[in-house]
Amino acid sequence: MSGNLTLALLIGVLYTVGTYLLLQRTLTRIVIGLGLLGHGANLLLLQAGGPAGAVPFIAKGGSGGTAGVVGGTADPLPQAMVLTAIVITFGVSAFLLALAYRSWVLHGEDEVQDDVEDRRLVRRRAQDDHHELVRVVRPEDDL
Amino acid sequence: MIRVLVPLPVVLPLLAAGLSVLFARHQRVQRLLSLLTLAAVVATAPRLLRMADAEGATVVQLGGWAAPAGISLVADRLSTLLLVVSSSVLLAVLLYALGQGVADGRRSTLAVFHPCYLVLAAGISMAFLTGDLFNLFVAFEVMLVASYVLLTLDGGKAQVRAGMTYVVVSLLASVLFVTVIGLVYAATGTVNMADAAGRMADLPEGLRVALGLTMLVVFGIKAAIFPLFSWLPDSYPTAPSPVTAVFAGLLTKVGVYAIIRTQTLLFPGDARIGSVLLVLAILTMVVGILGALVQDDLKRLLSFTIVSHIGYMLLGLGLYSVAGLAGAILYTVHHIVVQTTLFLVAGLMERREGTSSIERAGGLQHVAPLLAVLYLLPALSLAGIPPLSGFLAKLGLLQAGLADGGTLAAVAVAAAVLTSLLTLLAMGRVWSGVFWGPVAAVVPDRDVEDAVDVGVARTPRLMTGATVLAVAGGLAITVVAGPLYGLSVRAAEDLVDRHPYVEAVLGAEAAR
Repeated sequence: MSGNLTLALLIGVLYTVGTYLLLQRTLTRIVIGLGLLGHGANLLLLQAGGPAGAVPFIAKGGSGGTAGVVGGTADPLPQAMVLTAIVITFGVSAFLLALAYRSWVLHGEDEVQDDVEDRRLVRRRAQDDHHELVRVVRPEDDL
Repeated sequence: MIRVLVPLPVVLPLLAAGLSVLFARHQRVQRLLSLLTLAAVVATAPRLLRMADAEGATVVQLGGWAAPAGISLVADRLSTLLLVVSSSVLLAVLLYALGQGVADGRRSTLAVFHPCYLVLAAGISMAFLTGDLFNLFVAFEVMLVASYVLLTLDGGKAQVRAGMTYVVVSLLASVLFVTVIGLVYAATGTVNMADAAGRMADLPEGLRVALGLTMLVVFGIKAAIFPLFSWLPDSYPTAPSPVTAVFAGLLTKVGVYAIIRTQTLLFPGDARIGSVLLVLAILTMVVGILGALVQDDLKRLLSFTIVSHIGYMLLGLGLYSVAGLAGAILYTVHHIVVQTTLFLVAGLMERREGTSSIERAGGLQHVAPLLAVLYLLPALSLAGIPPLSGFLAKLGLLQAGLADGGTLAAVAVAAAVLTSLLTLLAMGRVWSGVFWGPVAAVVPDRDVEDAVDVGVARTPRLMTGATVLAVAGGLAITVVAGPLYGLSVRAAEDLVDRHPYVEAVLGAEAAR
């Protein structure tokens, strides 16, 4: 199949920027990153259907140049799939935003928190330090 | 006519979920609706299994469009077997959740619980039944969206923290899934798995292996295999016990099912992917159980055992023989029931002790002897003590591994035996920490945010009853292990010889 170079480059950029944003700590950036990644994936899916053709549904006797020629129409399947994927991405992004808001309400920030194990290690190290009579201030250690 | 039954496990819960939202203020109606729906699915699934076993795969083309263009639901031996197990587990856990909900009386969260639980059930059934990749994606999303809500149901600090990791990792896997679907569609021009199975062979070898490995990564994240599992022990333990139990039993197994289905159908018997799977299986088993051994929190310990035991299923798939796949299928069935049961028991323990810390609990066998028995049976089964189901499933896998004869397979078998012993050690640690010793004073844990009334409240009968039911289910697998293994072998033969599946979906002449 032939590809569209502009689209391919655009997909690459979207994936790159999306991945970069996904590696950030604040949830807002992660949401934006996931949105960009989702767009990249959707474009890829669209690209997978091959080059754009005529509209799939053409009335009989219409004046379309490729009327009646099945091969001349665009492949409708990837478009249906992209539509589904967009709806799903949209819904989940809304949930993620709600989660970010909830996190902001609870913590006053929307950063992804350290996991339990990390925080236990930090706490244990803090205890060890305490035994050595070294005063360690760890404001984030609120487990 | 009986083909009408095939979409029911998906359609019924979805319809009921919609109705359930309407009855948000009528707890009784919601409860009854969920119970009836899941009971109906439990009643349907065995009929589908019998039909699939007797006549081969039953295919329903939704909307009447023929296979490659339309959406097909395929009920073959593997999917219906898993459907039977998953629907039974869903029903048992629903009973447990009802018991807990009635006792705790948190009305606001309960109103959301029922619709989400039903959507989760629909997603799981759809993932098992669907015959094309894109609908597999949709099924995963339906299931995951419900699970996001269930995981963060209470909206407390711990839930939000765990939910973030879980949602972000799952979303990343979903984007990768869409990507790989796009690539498969570009390469083969179809997303129907039976159709793609035939066309995959024409692709250049490098492309095929790349697609196979990308798909392995996608489903590997959902199934929590070795390098991709770290989200699981962080997110599962914070959810309410029934939710964690369902997640532990079913969500990862849907990932395993997807790995088995896609690898056998689309990339059959590729030796390189096979050895990658074996290496991953070894690492998953050993790293998972080593992680479990050092945990103090009971639910975290159990979460690590999920990871570890996913390795056994990968081992069976990596061998890619009928015996290996049959072992993997039997192991999946056994593990769904046993792991769910262990989390239910953990929930009961947490309720009695007010903490999920192994160190701080103690002497529970004096206070609750029934609970001790309920813990011991699935724990021994998980470790693989004869004659319990875990032993039989492991035996099948070990024999298949030894029959393979390769060095890697032998190493994997050794790792599997080692993992069994370490599992026994981990389960023994829980036993000596929680059940033996002097009775610990109940100190409600401030780490457990939903432990408002634990320790003091009496355990509702319904919760204990549901757990007894689940333990009995685990024992039942042991009793019917013979016929079940026969069924697993027939399902594995279907997987190795892809023709019946492809023929059922596409029709005899299209499959050549």
